[in-house]
Amino acid sequence: MANPARYWREIPQRYRLEAGKCKTCGTVFFPPRLVCAQCRSRSFETVRLSDQGTLVTYTVIRVGPSQFADQTPYAVGIVELDGGVRITAQIADCDFEKLAVGLRLRVEFRRIQKQGEAGILCYGYKCVPA
Amino acid sequence: MRDVAVLGVGLNSKWGELWEMSLRDIFVEAALNALDDAGVDRVDSIVVGCMTSGLFVGQEHLGSLMSDYLGMNPAAATRVESACASGGAAFRQGFLEVASGAADIVLVGGVEKMTDVGGDEATYALSAASDMEYEAYHGITFPGLYALIARAHMHRFGTTREQLAHVAVKNHRHGARNPAAQYPYEITVEDVLASVMVADPLRVLDCSPITDGAAAAVLCPVETARKLSKKPVVKVLASAQASSTIALHSRKDLTWFESTAEAAQKAYRMAGKRPEDIDVAEVHDCFTIAEIVVLEALGLVERGKGGQAAESGMTALGGKIPVNTSGGLKSKGHPVGATGVAQVVEIARQLRGESGARQVEGARVGLTQNMGGTGGSSVVHIFETV
Amino acid sequence: MAGIIGYGAYIPRYRIKVEEIAKIWGADAPNYKRGLGLEEKSVPGPDQDTITMSVEAAKKALRRAGIDPREIGAVYVGSESHPYAVKPSGTVLAEAIGATPDVHSASFEFACKAGTEAMFVCLCQVESGRIKYGLAVGADTSQGAPGDALEYSTAAGAAAFIFGRDHVVAEVDETYSFMTDTPDFWRREYQHYPRHAGRFTGEPAYFKHIRGAAQGIMKKAGLQPKDFHYVVFHQPNGKFPLNVGRQLGFTREQIETGRLVPKLGNTYSGSSPMGLTAVLDVARPGDRILLVSYGSGAGSDAFIFTVTGRIDEVRDKAEHTRALLDGHKVYIDYGTYAKYRGKILKAE
Repeated sequence: MANPARYWREIPQRYRLEAGKCKTCGTVFFPPRLVCAQCRSRSFETVRLSDQGTLVTYTVIRVGPSQFADQTPYAVGIVELDGGVRITAQIADCDFEKLAVGLRLRVEFRRIQKQGEAGILCYGYKCVPA
Repeated sequence: MRDVAVLGVGLNSKWGELWEMSLRDIFVEAALNALDDAGVDRVDSIVVGCMTSGLFVGQEHLGSLMSDYLGMNPAAATRVESACASGGAAFRQGFLEVASGAADIVLVGGVEKMTDVGGDEATYALSAASDMEYEAYHGITFPGLYALIARAHMHRFGTTREQLAHVAVKNHRHGARNPAAQYPYEITVEDVLASVMVADPLRVLDCSPITDGAAAAVLCPVETARKLSKKPVVKVLASAQASSTIALHSRKDLTWFESTAEAAQKAYRMAGKRPEDIDVAEVHDCFTIAEIVVLEALGLVERGKGGQAAESGMTALGGKIPVNTSGGLKSKGHPVGATGVAQVVEIARQLRGESGARQVEGARVGLTQNMGGTGGSSVVHIFETV
Repeated sequence: MAGIIGYGAYIPRYRIKVEEIAKIWGADAPNYKRGLGLEEKSVPGPDQDTITMSVEAAKKALRRAGIDPREIGAVYVGSESHPYAVKPSGTVLAEAIGATPDVHSASFEFACKAGTEAMFVCLCQVESGRIKYGLAVGADTSQGAPGDALEYSTAAGAAAFIFGRDHVVAEVDETYSFMTDTPDFWRREYQHYPRHAGRFTGEPAYFKHIRGAAQGIMKKAGLQPKDFHYVVFHQPNGKFPLNVGRQLGFTREQIETGRLVPKLGNTYSGSSPMGLTAVLDVARPGDRILLVSYGSGAGSDAFIFTVTGRIDEVRDKAEHTRALLDGHKVYIDYGTYAKYRGKILKAE
């Protein structure tokens, strides 16, 4: 999962939420793409997504993969960032009873995974209550 | 395009944790059963549906492997992959080979051997059906993804936790009549609600299991089937496939499976049928919520009302449109690549009148719906006895 | 004149009380609380480390500074819990805030004064004109050996400062450093927990060096304790800063605003820097602040700041440190604490 090159090439997305905006029709894709799924244009510009958003749907993972054992149970959801783009992210620092569709959130930088005790550390975005 | 018939079908004898059987053993057993049922010994082409023999057993090149172990060389043989829709997609490829005239007798087999790895690796392998970098990376898990859909459906349409449980209960009631099923016994709504929470609101008994198993079908032109077989001829009326976004968060509507709706529309058109014409269906209940949303996307129930189908008995044996008489993925098991083909096996038997204790009386038109990931791909087939 | 143009702090949400730790080791909690002047400490979540906290503190500093991160010429993180022993925390931090690729970075270590060393170096680079802006962070997710006295105080937090010459919020009037080879507290390579020399960490270590730096800087600047509105000392526990303050001639009022330790714990490289952020949150234009850090091994860095009128424009652009300390906290038990801090032996 966390092979260095594979992790490294997604850094602009994981750290800075860099997305691609189609220059022809204005649709924003996260992560960026080579061809627009709306209008087939191949011309894009880099934009940054908002770091604020709203919780669209969520769940609490109680049986999770072993690399998340120390964090289980943890909440994950689909968050619609202001501007319309949706991301899948863990919802941190939130009592599970407070999770609700429509909850306002902001993006925070967290460590997502570690590659064992000697491999690389993988960072990225999570969302916390605004 | 020629008319295509299902000449023979077969499964390996029992689905479950098959410690003594390897990937190739399971496939060969199912394939031989299908070939015997078809009354043929040689095929022109083999299509193997399997999600990820690479991650589960480290084996690729399944076409060559299976052709070899079935003694079918030098037949053309290929593996088809579409995550959990690999079986249905393989069946579609087999159908196209016969329909186009490229081949006269095609063996389609679906297989998955999931128990040679531990739970953690199995979870990882299954997560490969999602967006690895932007969904699985964040620890969402498959039950987690379907839990997101369940929450959205419950929020928008008021679907209840009990309605989800009814899907599992109904499918187990059917599966209890299927000796080849992994869990051939009934469960209650209370059992479901008391089972361990996996990803809120989905519990263990809302989720299809880890299973080893295989299913196979032999296809040929309808004319050939009429000549070769004494059994009722099951014609493939329609074969359709459609795609949607790989990531759930890229969908416009989290409570809908666009790929299923699209494939279903194409299939109904191709078959000249409407949802009301379907007598029996096998659909992709990887999680209880999946069956609910799929029924809506197939047009078998009204939008938003999927939760009422199992609860009201509409989709039970004896109901208006029995769904998953085999026990579905939940009770019968879900060896990923095999599922889509096993659905065809069940429908073919129903249409031939061979389903015994779970027979839908007078079934003439059947539908199978097989889906990959959270709906990134869907394959729909419609069958009729002719 | 060069100085701080933006600042920010980060404190994780979790807390553990002295009583909870004492219960496990059979220690006398009321006595510990009195003796240490400490009630509870912050605990990092299992997904947090020096890098993640540095990023969040730095983002707040950027909001207050109002600059383009691409103009930052150096990013330094001072910590004794850098997630990598080889690969500077600043590489991830600089990438996360968009300061790469035209930027210097390195990891700083000097026990609890690694943060102020980073601040000093950024200041000098700005003053020399070699860089336009420099980002210095003091952050730690410090580890206390189970059952050791330090387990009650080792906490987690980060403070970030951006230095520059334009639109300064707090000018640096003077700096000083006082350092000797004093082995009071150390960690050998490949050892999981640090060791300390008990009472030797007091007078010959903490007190001597803080006094040395404080007296040195005041003499250099021609100032006396009464000339300062605030003083912030390194805070290993609630008592030491009050004691050294008294020894030097400062009043409790001067010390209290920047003394976060009773509810925060000792955030090591974040300790006095975070105290400084709490002071900046309430300081008025013209206030003079003395900051004296302490790092075992041993040394103290001192800074004299004068707050400018710009503080009123920027203080509310990010959360105040006291609000981070007192709001949204979640208390955890020792088992959860041990799990989060990796103190439980796992299977291979």
